[in-house]
Amino acid sequence: MSEVMERPAVGTTQAAPLVRMRDVHVRFVTRDRTVHAVNGVDIDLAAGEVLCILGESGSGKSVTMRALMKLLPRFAQVSGSIAVGGRDVTAMSEGELQDFRGSEVAMIFQEPMTALDPVFTIGRQIAETVQRHEGVSRSAAMARALELFELVQIPSAKRRLEAYPHELSGGLRQRAMIAVALACRPKLLLADEPTTALDATVQIQVLLLLRQLQEQLGMGVIFVTHDLGVAGEIADRVAVMYAGKVVEEGPVGALMAGPLHPYPRGLLGATVQAGMRGKRLTTIPGAPPSLETVPTGCAFAPRCAEAEPACSDAVPAPRAPVAGRMARCIHVAGG
Amino acid sequence: MNTPLTTPKDRGGPAQPLLLLNGLKKHFPIRGGMFGGTVATVRAVDGVSFAVRKGETLGIVGESGCGKSTTARLLMRLMDPDAGDMVFDGEAVGVNVQAGGITLKEYRRQVQMVFQDSYASLNPRLPIEDSIAFAPKVHGVSGAEARERARELLAAVGLAPTQFARRYPHELSGGQRQRVNIARALALHPRLVLLDEPVSALDKSVEAQVLNLLMDLKEKFGLTYVFISHDLNVVQYISDRVLVMYLGQVAEQGPVEAIYNRPAHPYTQALLASRPSMDPARRRTEPPLTGDPPNPINPPSGCRFRTRCPHAEAVCADRAPVAAELGGGHEAACHMAAPGSGHSKAGRLAA
Repeated sequence: MSEVMERPAVGTTQAAPLVRMRDVHVRFVTRDRTVHAVNGVDIDLAAGEVLCILGESGSGKSVTMRALMKLLPRFAQVSGSIAVGGRDVTAMSEGELQDFRGSEVAMIFQEPMTALDPVFTIGRQIAETVQRHEGVSRSAAMARALELFELVQIPSAKRRLEAYPHELSGGLRQRAMIAVALACRPKLLLADEPTTALDATVQIQVLLLLRQLQEQLGMGVIFVTHDLGVAGEIADRVAVMYAGKVVEEGPVGALMAGPLHPYPRGLLGATVQAGMRGKRLTTIPGAPPSLETVPTGCAFAPRCAEAEPACSDAVPAPRAPVAGRMARCIHVAGG
Repeated sequence: MNTPLTTPKDRGGPAQPLLLLNGLKKHFPIRGGMFGGTVATVRAVDGVSFAVRKGETLGIVGESGCGKSTTARLLMRLMDPDAGDMVFDGEAVGVNVQAGGITLKEYRRQVQMVFQDSYASLNPRLPIEDSIAFAPKVHGVSGAEARERARELLAAVGLAPTQFARRYPHELSGGQRQRVNIARALALHPRLVLLDEPVSALDKSVEAQVLNLLMDLKEKFGLTYVFISHDLNVVQYISDRVLVMYLGQVAEQGPVEAIYNRPAHPYTQALLASRPSMDPARRRTEPPLTGDPPNPINPPSGCRFRTRCPHAEAVCADRAPVAAELGGGHEAACHMAAPGSGHSKAGRLAA
């Protein structure tokens, strides 16, 4: 591990978690319609922890993450409190955000080809970030870029710094994007499906690299994915989202061994795994609700086999049958 | 011409493969330079031979650039192969009837395809019922009859015709659109359906619905599937036999149990080991393979996998391995699987 990446150890037993989101709502208001994308999300992340937000398309997982970095477009109405490292993100000015993004929080995306600038070499793009946030000279920034490339295990790093994004393979591009994100030692890394577009043999390499870097640098990571297998490989905790709400949250092992909420239970049954040949797949009937109106009851009730009239009466309150686990379902025991 | 569209008769009997491919090649020239000369060649499919048996599901897996989609397009004859021949139930494809062949029009009626992008593959200006009825009309079925058939098929894929028949593609969800694509593929009573990543763009809960539907339809209409996917778990679930491709060539093929339980080719082994484990207690610490698949423009000499293979030796660079038979139709193109190939570990796998 390079010295430059060394960071003072995270202040032990800090009271404030790295991320604290409370009752976050995001609405997209346009002239034609309003979409209630996120409807009351509470998320806590401790320093050095990996949380996977798991959900299908339209569940609000990516919107939640973009809200955390204040990256949503102007017509998005965000309410609730969002704090990173004890600082209120919603109250930040544009100038404060520019310092905050990159140095405190960094993000990696699904498609590195669109996230990287095609007309600059990769080395320039990393050096630019370092120069902007740390005010060092160009040559010092380039030296940092080289170290970062070695950190993300890019072979022949020196030569690849001179490469343009299109000259790299998919796996190397994704590593380069991780290098850009890590350039200023963020405390929090947001990853939006970073391995979805990669081939199987490359996906596992990138997942293992992320896990290794997270441990080495002590970052908190929020990882958005739709793939249970990916969550199983990288997460400490998993939050399952449905229709803009976290319906279940818990440690990855317990959640994958026995989900409490019927939605993750159905998702687990519907995911094709090794050794399921010949058996009929259990499916979740129907499709997720359109979010043009705020769900008044349990949003999953119309697709749920265990639904009863009481499910539609009110949004189920979170219940914690065991410490550290939460599910929003009236059939789950505990208060 | 008013030929009733019915499922064409089986001609060669059950032992005759439905589709036989022999030495199929497709190279794409890359033009460049001042005079637009060929500067390089992408060897997308480079000598692929396999058979699709009647009534089976053949799964094709591989990473991007391995040629699986080009193979699908060649199978459908959306492009012509540079070399190699295709025999459909005993009849050469694209050869005139007098010479014992089957015309492309008739071939394409019996072989249909479902694409990955459910939206791009439907005409946005046609109600889905008309999209489904289009091909039968081209083949001489009357409008009313074709529409009636379209409604039957919509019902068969689980979309109530009264509710959905007049809708446009943008009014449907991804899973519903993929059901429409499947219905359209079945409209001509095909015998072989090519499924190119049909569930890759769908959410998991919808993916399971479509996979169940595909299994039901196969039984109901007596279909044969070629199922192309990068998802190893899905291929294992749905296939009877599996073909593993790497850089335009077949690395290994065989019955699904043999491929998944006793993979012989180091690439298949690595591919299987790359699947995320669903058990957080058994996480991997070392990736099974390093690096990305090489560019098919300049594939490595000899065995194409040797640049990433942990067992590569001198012989692997010298000679391309030929497929070695491992029993029960299980074949692997690896020097280690062929006794006497010159590789130090050769022959250990052979029974």
